[in-house]
Order: sequence, then structure tokens, then C-alpha cells
Amino acid sequence: MKLHEYQAKVLFAREGVPVPPGEVAASPEEAGAVADKLGHGPFIVKAQVHAGGRGKGGGIKIAEDRDAVVEKASKIIGMNLVTPQTGPQGRLVHRVLVERAFSIEKEYYLAITIDRTTARPVILASAAGGMEIEEIVQSKPHLLITEAIDPVLGLMPYQMRSFFYQLNMEPALGSSFSSLLSGLYQVFTKYDCSLVEVNPLVVTKDKKIFALDAKVDVDDNARFRHKDILEWREYENTWEEEAARYRLNYIRLDGTVGMMVNGAGMAMATMDAIDLAGARPANFLDVGGGANAEAVANGFRLILSDERVKLVLINIFGGILRCDVLAEGVINAVSELEVKVPIVVRLEGTNKEKGTELLAQSDLNFTVARDMKEVTSVIANSGLADRARKGIKREALAKLSVIPE
Amino acid sequence: MSILIDENTRVVVQGLTGKEGSFHARQCMVYGTRIVAGVTPGKKGQEVDGVTVYNTVREACRAHAINTSLIFVPASFAADAIVEAADAGLKVVVCITEGIPVLDMVRVLRYLDGKDCHLIGPNCPGLISPGKCKVGIMPGPIHRPGPIGVVSRSGTLTYEVVDQLTKAGLGQSTCVGIGGDPLIGSTFVDILKLFAADDDTGAVVMIGEIGGTAEEEAARYIKESFPKPVISYIAGRTAPPGKRMGHAGAIISGGQGTAAQKMETLRQHGIHVVENIGEIGMEALNAIR
Repeated sequence: MKLHEYQAKVLFAREGVPVPPGEVAASPEEAGAVADKLGHGPFIVKAQVHAGGRGKGGGIKIAEDRDAVVEKASKIIGMNLVTPQTGPQGRLVHRVLVERAFSIEKEYYLAITIDRTTARPVILASAAGGMEIEEIVQSKPHLLITEAIDPVLGLMPYQMRSFFYQLNMEPALGSSFSSLLSGLYQVFTKYDCSLVEVNPLVVTKDKKIFALDAKVDVDDNARFRHKDILEWREYENTWEEEAARYRLNYIRLDGTVGMMVNGAGMAMATMDAIDLAGARPANFLDVGGGANAEAVANGFRLILSDERVKLVLINIFGGILRCDVLAEGVINAVSELEVKVPIVVRLEGTNKEKGTELLAQSDLNFTVARDMKEVTSVIANSGLADRARKGIKREALAKLSVIPE
Repeated sequence: MSILIDENTRVVVQGLTGKEGSFHARQCMVYGTRIVAGVTPGKKGQEVDGVTVYNTVREACRAHAINTSLIFVPASFAADAIVEAADAGLKVVVCITEGIPVLDMVRVLRYLDGKDCHLIGPNCPGLISPGKCKVGIMPGPIHRPGPIGVVSRSGTLTYEVVDQLTKAGLGQSTCVGIGGDPLIGSTFVDILKLFAADDDTGAVVMIGEIGGTAEEEAARYIKESFPKPVISYIAGRTAPPGKRMGHAGAIISGGQGTAAQKMETLRQHGIHVVENIGEIGMEALNAIR
């Protein structure tokens, strides 16, 4: 779960990490009120969206005085911010963070994350602040300083000193740097973060250290112990919000084949199979490895509410869950809804024959694919394939037994 | 032979009295697995399908000969349950539970470091040595005894692959679902090392997916010292970056962990990579011939 910069800074402040004075605003008037509260300028007005590169898209502006804050805020709030990370569709900006701006002497990069290979938290720092971490890794790997943290010991003082000396900070900044770093590690562990990133960390002309930007991802698995943070959850679109209500794993994609699969790996493999057939999936939907008929019905409703979907593919490997029970779930869901698009069903596993028979006997119009190969062939012949078919042989197409109208 | 579990496996089920625990324990017993005890704190003395429940794993181990644990306890208590099983001296601990916080797993893996204990999972379907023993939630009937070792980060996708292998006439020595989380107890390399030493495993099918670098590490290990053929499939070729694809560990971040990179690395290291999931059974058969 991604937090906005202003939310991350709330956590920072709670743990004693210095952040610039500022507050979030949802309207130009509110932004003006924040400027009044902060007193004198200059100010900085920052769009609050879940994407980096905001400056490049015009989402971060300097404002000399209160009037300029109101003016900039009115331009940013409501804009569709396009950055290198949002994709071409951009993100609608609902709020801005208004902060006092500082004269900056030096910028640094600092981040805490989990290293999957060593299974430990790792702190990364660099004197090349302001650059994206990927750039630093690629172009200046020698400037990247890392320390792995033993979860039993926590962040040790020698590790903080090691960063401080390697970053070549002025001696007078020693104590404020260590309190900032230990505060960030505290945020990381206390709030179950998968990422805490400060880019840039700055030293101002008057020798103060601030976390100028803040990016925090909270581990979704740990939400049960952070009920307060959960209230900050924002979904990227209403489809994903609805899916979350039904506890379905749903991700909206840009194709025309709506798909419903049980199990995440199988769902990814099905997306890949649709792509191999020359078409594109409209969504990723995993109804769970042990999905029941109700989950299937909810998933089906979700897919059909998407007007871009021109064909629905249901791919279920029934293991513990029997195929006949699943077939009943699908039939019930379909009979309740008005279905205008072809439905391709592939059932495999326990009681497959019985499930297939139930589908065939229903008065609903299903196309049954017997295996993954046939799924690919059916999609390739559905009229939705708009690209060259990769890896599907002519013979396979000729042998095809079921082709939807 | 087989790896990790066989006829001599004796299992305690942690969370036996729960809905999932009791259902799957029964399925394991039907398959022939010896489930000898259960553990649920506060439910000592209860019985589930004739299996006695204890308050602690240690207590169960004093009353029965046990070498393996199967864990179904909820995510918020699962890290504690894993350490409890390892601390009682069990050599194989299989954690099915999905949704354990990553920082809990950091501490669990730190504790297990250097201990003689194989943790499988979490967030996995468990493992099965066909015809001998099943310690997990996979459908037993799709498996057949045979020479193929299967190792996978996925659940139902593994069933799909096993089903195709069985239909192609390729039985399995042991199938291990290592789990879809970013931090797991046993990696591809850990399981491959066990397959390398198992005389009954002639070839391995490895099912990977986007996220992390476990497949790349496996590729390097295979090229350097794995003596048997490996056939691989990587799921998520079309997954968008920055999105978690159902599994907590399945995410392309900062351009790293893409399926294309993984497939390329596997190929460079001499591993047969299957593109079309529908053909993995037949391709495995052809590659092994």
C-alpha cells in the first residue's frame, strides 16, 4: 500500500524525522490558509499522487508568496498529472502539500527496503541525491553505500557512523543525521514498511537536515496491525476498489479479453497465453486457489461490468474445489446477468466431466476449451487477436474443435 | 526415493482444529499421510478424525514420534508457529498460511539461519511425493510416481503443470510449492540441491514468475553444478510493472524481476524454457527423451 508524501511525512514527524513545516490542502483556499499559517515564503506546492517524477510533469511549483500559492494550487489541484511513472493516462490530483521552501546546499539519497536475497532490511544511501535510484545503480554504482541490518540487533550506531563518514557530511551535523536515520528505521519497522525512501534528503544553507521528499510503501500483509494507516488506502480505480470488497485480486489492464482464473500464477500464465494468441487481457483476476462458487459469481459480475470486455475467459483448475460445484457457480452467475459476450470456459481437475456436462446441458451459451492449448486457439480465432500469433502452428488451428461464433 | 517427505514422514498439524486445518489434514490422511497429532493452543485433549490435539508442539512431540509440521494457523500467528515447530526440533516445516507480514518473515528466517530445518513456504500449496506422502493442499489424484522433480512458486499453476506431466506419461518424484511471498524458507536453489542428491529424480521442471532474482540464482547454480536436465516456465511475461500480481512476491520493481530477463538468463545458462504453458507437458517429454 502506497502512502502519499504528506502521509509519509506524518509518520516521519511522529518518529522524530525532521520534515519541512507544511500541511496538505484539498482546495486553493485551503492552500492559502496553509501559507498564512506558515508565515513568510517562499513556499513550495506539491501534487499528491502515487507516482514519482512529479516535478517533470509540472506537479511541483515554487510560490513566492501567499497569492502565488493559491494560484499554483488552483492549477495543480484537478489537473491530470502525467509523469514518467503514471503512464500516458496520468493521475488526477486531489490534493497538494504546501511547505516552506529552503535554500539547499546539498542533496542526498536515502532508502530502507528488504533485500529478498539476504532476507534482511537494507539501508541504501548516496551523495548523488535527486537522482532516481535506478539511475544511481546504473551509472554511479560506486556512489551507492549499503548496510544490511540484523533484525535482532536493529540499526547499530557504527552503521550510522559508517553512512555519515562515507557521505562526507560536516562533523557538526553528526547527531542530527543519526537521529534522522534512526527515526527512519523506526518508521520502517514500526509501520511494517516495504519501502521508506527519502529523495532528496537535504542539508540547507543554514545547516539543517530535512527529509525533503518522502515515499513510503506499507506491507499489505501487515495491514491488520495498522488500522489507522488503513484509512489512508486509496484505490486507483473503482474496479479495484470493488474487487477489494469481495477479496478478489483484480488489476485493470488495457485489453479486451476479460479473464477469471483461480490462483495468481495460473492467472499470470493465462494472461501470457492470451498474449501468445495475439489478443490482450482486459484484467488480471485471481479468485483464489481455493475459490468457491460465490467468489466466482462476484468475479464474473465484476468482469461483465467492464464495457471493454468482448469475450470472457474462465480458466479454473479445480483441485480441492470440485469442477461441478464451480460449473454451478458459473451457471448461476450467468443466468442472473445479461451476458452479451461469448464465454469460454476451461475446467480441469476433480469432477471435470461432471462440470463440463453441467455447462453443456445449461441453456446458456458456453464454449468449452478442453485444455490450455485449446484456450489459446479459441482466443486466436475469436476475432480479438489483433497482432501476429506467436507460436501457434497452423495445424493446431486446423484441428480446433470449438470456435465461438 | 524422493525429497523431504516419504513413507517415514510423521506429521503434526498446527491449527488442526480450524476449518482449513481439519479439512486438509483429512485429505492428507486419505492420501496415506501419517498425521499423528494436532496443535491448537487451549484445545488440548480434543480429537479431530481420531487425531489428538495438544496445546504446544513440544507436548505433541513428547507424546508421538514426529518429524514434520504442517501449518494452517492465521497470518498474525503464523511466524510464531513456524519458530515453535523449528524450536521443537522438527526437520521439515510446511507453512500454507498466506499473508504473513514480511518483517515477521525477516525474523523467522534469521532464527532458522544455520538450523537443520527445511521451511517450505509460506503462502504455498505444500509438497507431495506421489504414492508415498502428501503434506499440503494440492489435489492428490493428478499426481503419479515417477522421475520428474517439480519446484514452483505457484499453487494452481503447479497443478496445471503436474496434470500435463502425468498425461504425458511423466510421473513425479516430489513436487514442492515453495511459495509466492517475497521471503520464503526454501528457494529454488535449496530444493534443486535436494533433487541433485536424489537418485529417483531424473529431471526437474521449475516454475517461476516475475519478481525478485530467485530464478536467476537458480540458473547460475544449475549451470555450475546441477547434473540433471531442467525445463522451466516463467509466468507473468505480460504483467505490468509496479503491480503486485496476486502473489506478494510477484512484482516488477524498478525494471527488475521481469519475465523476459528471467527467461533470457535461464536460456543463457542452458535451461530449456517453455513459452506456451499449454505445451509444457509435451515439451518436457521431448526435452528429456
